[in-house]
Amino acid sequence: MRIRLRGRLGWNAVGLLLFAVMVFPVFWMISTAFKPADEINSFTPTWLPGSPTLRHFRDALALPNFWADVKNTVIVVLVAVSIAMVLAFLAAVALAKYRFTGRKLFIVLMIGVQMIPGAGLIIPLYVLLGRFGLVNLTGVIVVYISAVLPFSVWTLRGFLIGIPKELEEAAMVDGSTRLGAFVRILLPLVAPGLVATSVFAFITSWNEYIFARIILNGGSSQTITVWLSYIFGSQRATDWGELMAASTLIAIPVVIFFLIVQRRIAFGLTAGAVRG
Amino acid sequence: MGAAAGAVTPRPRQRPLNWRRTRRGSVPYLLVAPVVAVLGVVLAYPVYSLVRIALERYGLFELIRHHGVYIGLANFATVLHDSVFWHTMLRTILFAAACVSLSIVGGMLIALLLVRVSGFIRILITSGLVLVWAMPPVVAVQVWNWMTNVQNGVLNYVLTELHVGNYFQHNWFASPFSQLAMCAMLIVWGALPFVSITLYAALSQVPHELVEAAQIDGAPFWRVFKDVTLPVIAPVVYILTTLSILWDFGVFTQVYLLIGQAALTPANYLMSVYVFEKGFVISDYGIGSAISILMLVTVAIMSVVYVRKMLRVGEVT
Repeated sequence: MRIRLRGRLGWNAVGLLLFAVMVFPVFWMISTAFKPADEINSFTPTWLPGSPTLRHFRDALALPNFWADVKNTVIVVLVAVSIAMVLAFLAAVALAKYRFTGRKLFIVLMIGVQMIPGAGLIIPLYVLLGRFGLVNLTGVIVVYISAVLPFSVWTLRGFLIGIPKELEEAAMVDGSTRLGAFVRILLPLVAPGLVATSVFAFITSWNEYIFARIILNGGSSQTITVWLSYIFGSQRATDWGELMAASTLIAIPVVIFFLIVQRRIAFGLTAGAVRG
Repeated sequence: MGAAAGAVTPRPRQRPLNWRRTRRGSVPYLLVAPVVAVLGVVLAYPVYSLVRIALERYGLFELIRHHGVYIGLANFATVLHDSVFWHTMLRTILFAAACVSLSIVGGMLIALLLVRVSGFIRILITSGLVLVWAMPPVVAVQVWNWMTNVQNGVLNYVLTELHVGNYFQHNWFASPFSQLAMCAMLIVWGALPFVSITLYAALSQVPHELVEAAQIDGAPFWRVFKDVTLPVIAPVVYILTTLSILWDFGVFTQVYLLIGQAALTPANYLMSVYVFEKGFVISDYGIGSAISILMLVTVAIMSVVYVRKMLRVGEVT
């Protein structure tokens, strides 16, 4: 018993060390964001900010284009996710509740498409969007819709399958129409899944970089990830405090949303093949 | 829907229960059609156009004219005779192999650790992992930049303090190997939460009695793991490995941003970066498309195995 207890204490120590190492970069980002400049530039770093300041956050918010690009990103993400969710939900209903010729092919398509590395399609997408005059935020929306569709269909299908058929059947026995059963029984039950999937699609689009970088190609409107990669890119001396404050601000919505849906979506992730 | 269903089922009591029979016809196709249409326009058409551009001379001039000049397989010949392509392919495979092994082995060790620690520590570690998982890659790159900064990066400070060596103002981006090692660290750090939490979930499926019985029989840890635990979690390990291979083979954001556009040379290219450089820096879209196709074919071969496995999952549920 004593040996086992001591073993567990040893493992706990290893666990604490692991926790410290894994979380350190996140901690360091937040800690730096609150430090005054002299503490940041010192050669012997302090772990916690000695005299915490909100200056970097104020400065980061005042950086050129920050709010404009946040607005761009929010618009792009909201439009793309709303459209994608409606389309994905319809397809997921077909997959979960119907058997039809070509169903298998469709599933293969949904899974296979997710395997395509984005970089493989940047050239034709850029060329085609250019041809149709869509080298702008609309083009990004179009690409994001198709980027989140496959895993949304797959994850929603998982949530729909989890709903017992008997519930829906009972409603229909009680004289409900198919549409009535759908609206009153299926929709409320699948709502949490729908929210979780949308949030995940939101995070994916919010974090996306390569397509935004290429389609918007240095123009005046950018998404926030491209903004963050550009903002100090050209300067030799980086203002680390401001950069970490901006990074923290950009990560916050994603982290909050992610913490909300992680548990719910975790299984679907393995099935739907998406990494955050 | 009503007419067809009514004709088949004379007894009304059974009608609502007979799902497969009532739900035939055009309804599922109508439901699936929008997704197919979108993916057709935004994925299938670009793939077609990718093949076309790869067979054309397509530079800036052609981009402005919206029209390339057909030159057959000349782009492929150029690419396949270019040693940069082969070196990049080999480098990418080695890079992906390193990232995948580190993520899977590291993730497995973390998952095994999670089983052993006490409840509070487990919640602590899991929350930490989820926090890391949630970090946007572009943000993580900036944090990595700051931590590995040559002047006063905290990595150099910690390594020097731990007496690993003198890392005062050590430049982690001096050689291609070191640059890619930093990228691998960043990628593995970002991948570990997903891998370890998924593996931990899989480990909880392993029957307790089996493990205990083996332990009572005096089997050493390694034997228990290999003969009892691993067979149960093998499918999950398999899926995670395949997915990681595909992701790490096509990785772009972390490598492109951490090394930085200015420092990218043929000596540190990975496949995605190579395509980007050919297309958007040199503006040779024809050659870039040929490389993209070769890259996609490589990925397609690797993913066939995975898709077949997933299909089985899709059939069961």
